[in-house]
Amino acid sequence: MSSETGKILTTDGIPLEESLKQSEKKNKIKAFLLVAPLLLFLIITYMIPIGDMFSRSIDDKMVTNMLPKTYKAMENWDGKELPPEEVFEAFYLDYKILVKNKTAGKLQTQLNYEKNGFKSVLKKLARKQKKFEEGNYKEQIMKVHKRWRNVEYWRAIKRRAPSYTYSKYLKGIDMYSNEDGKIVQVSEDRRIHRILWIRTVEVAFFVTLFCFLMAYPIAHLLATLPMKYSNLLMICVLLPFWTSLLVRTASWMILLQQQGIVNDFFVWIGLVADDNRPEMMYNKTGTYVAMTQILLPFMVLPLYSVMKTISPSLMRAGKSLGATPATAFFKVYFPLTIPGIGAGCLLVFILAIGYYITPALVGGASGTLISNQIAYHMKSTLDWSFASAMGLMLLTGVLVIYWIYNKLVGVDNIKLG
Amino acid sequence: MSKKEDFVKFDKVDKSYDGKVLVVKDLNLDIEEGEFVTMLGPSGSGKTTCLMMLAGFETPTNGEIYLDNNPISNIPPHKRGIGMVFQNYALFPHMTVFENLAFPLKVRKMSQVEIEKKVDKALSMVSLGGFANRMPGQLSGGQQQRVAVARALVFDPSVVLMDEPLGALDKNLRESMQYEIKHIHESIGVTVVYVTHDQGEALTMSNRIAVFNDGKVQQLSSPDKLYEEPVNSFVAEFIGENNTFGGEVSEISNGTCRVKLEKGEIIANPISVKSVGEKTTVSIRPERALINPKDKMDNNQKGKIEEIIYHGDHTRVRLNLLGNSEFILKVPNSSQNLDIKLGNEINIGWNSHDARALDPK
Repeated sequence: MSSETGKILTTDGIPLEESLKQSEKKNKIKAFLLVAPLLLFLIITYMIPIGDMFSRSIDDKMVTNMLPKTYKAMENWDGKELPPEEVFEAFYLDYKILVKNKTAGKLQTQLNYEKNGFKSVLKKLARKQKKFEEGNYKEQIMKVHKRWRNVEYWRAIKRRAPSYTYSKYLKGIDMYSNEDGKIVQVSEDRRIHRILWIRTVEVAFFVTLFCFLMAYPIAHLLATLPMKYSNLLMICVLLPFWTSLLVRTASWMILLQQQGIVNDFFVWIGLVADDNRPEMMYNKTGTYVAMTQILLPFMVLPLYSVMKTISPSLMRAGKSLGATPATAFFKVYFPLTIPGIGAGCLLVFILAIGYYITPALVGGASGTLISNQIAYHMKSTLDWSFASAMGLMLLTGVLVIYWIYNKLVGVDNIKLG
Repeated sequence: MSKKEDFVKFDKVDKSYDGKVLVVKDLNLDIEEGEFVTMLGPSGSGKTTCLMMLAGFETPTNGEIYLDNNPISNIPPHKRGIGMVFQNYALFPHMTVFENLAFPLKVRKMSQVEIEKKVDKALSMVSLGGFANRMPGQLSGGQQQRVAVARALVFDPSVVLMDEPLGALDKNLRESMQYEIKHIHESIGVTVVYVTHDQGEALTMSNRIAVFNDGKVQQLSSPDKLYEEPVNSFVAEFIGENNTFGGEVSEISNGTCRVKLEKGEIIANPISVKSVGEKTTVSIRPERALINPKDKMDNNQKGKIEEIIYHGDHTRVRLNLLGNSEFILKVPNSSQNLDIKLGNEINIGWNSHDARALDPK
């Protein structure tokens, strides 16, 4: 096209572009108003919580706010030797207020995270400080417990000075920053999170694989059977979907327990001895079985929707051109189902990686996943910032997987139905 | 080498899907080597089922199909070596045109050089030389159709089946593709079995046409014979236009018969009537009945013009003749200024030879 046409005018002399914009303005507003409730809902229920989670996971203001004078006095302390008198005095004054307001417990817990054994010395100080005389707080405090003479404990306090910290993230991968500020691994017997991460990915991977292996034939059957049978089969696939997740998981517990139906059957057909029934629950096996069953529809549906669009004449064409049924399948049919496979696998993997109820109920000690650990910190230890940090790490992991998937397969190729 | 007359042979083939209804009944059909045979019929007449049995996607319930004297019922489709063009082309959407055409050659483990040579040749045959690297989705319907044809031919099959391949194309393209397929057939001499419900297509392309109805071949003959000499009233009705009179045979002798209608009587050519008193349907092609015939014809009737439709090259005139108010005439527009006006009574004449007394409807 020629570039010199310049602006095209409408019959009224208004530039065409402007006229078009004006006539579409109403539609645009209408469209925006239609999506506005959802947008608002998403912002409130999704963006804000994630933002809150993030700020919680790095927030370390609690200690800073509890010891304002101490941190001010510590600004000039280089941390090599015991701090000067002003620091002791400031700490005494801060701590006195905390004890008076009955909030000293929080500080004790927080500082104990930083350095083991802090709790007891702080408790002792809380009792003794009532009798403190004015002046020379350094001597008085050091008298309460010999640990106050150890510079390590003061360094531990100083380390909590910044309002923000990434220590929760380090903890999530079994690392911490030690007294010298170096990032090191925790001692071997306390490395629990890394095992959980690996197990979570492993379980998600195998559940995805099992789902794929089982869903592919079902979806194929669904797509090729005549309507009246395929509808029935579809209902069979969806029926578990309509049952409560809890009920389904509980029924797996009934089936899989040592005195359960599956074990009874194995004994009955003579596969295992009665006194040697295998444990199929409260371990990884239980998690695999139950999660595969529960997530199966998420694999079947995208596969089905893709297979439905593949004309049966393509397979026939392949065969008529001389390909054996197997060749025709792998060269013609299978490549065309890849968008469905991608969608199904991504969906199942992402759901599986954050799965909670099923592993919590049937997983036992060796079958729990990272989400169970997150829930544990939410409910039991009340360490919300750590739970938030792990939640965000999980989210980041999912985004990374999505990114890799996009690089490998291309998100545009996904077909969800 | 002489051509085999029964290169493809359907021998007493029956087919039923549900065990209750026969879709194909006692089919006997011989197709000559190098012939272009069309199976023509309304939908549900069993023609596509026959094609699918030949391709190997359906098995005959009874009887046997022979290809070059070998029974093929137990040979799976991929070993039959029969090319097929599908109704919706069935090109592999994830492969380029080249890969589509190379597919049958690759599964036959041909060398890369040979594959390229053959694909090039096949593509130039359908005049799509520069399209090897396109995806099927980037081609128009007609181009996709040509690729499908090229793919079905590229591995030199002995028989090519085509299942309504032009059904999805628009009228003009369909016509030009008809000629193209016909020319390809003529130039490489492959045996083609073609299925369609479009009689124009069948008449244009075929050496012989098998008209299917109700699971049976009603007539198998060349296009001209099929049109001029239909053997029963279904074929007469299905192929081309047709004026019919229902009546009863009142006299039969010497290759002619008299048929008594509700009003009047006509002289006809007895095709499927044998004796006096039989019910019959007499069929006359519109172009065989003339207005005010100069030559003497043994049928002469008067009819009243009820409708005139202008068709460009000809005019269709609907008459009420002998109680049949649907009697159609085709009058060429070049001709003499006949007295064609609405409501006029005109003389119509035709030869008894062209009035075929067939089975009653």
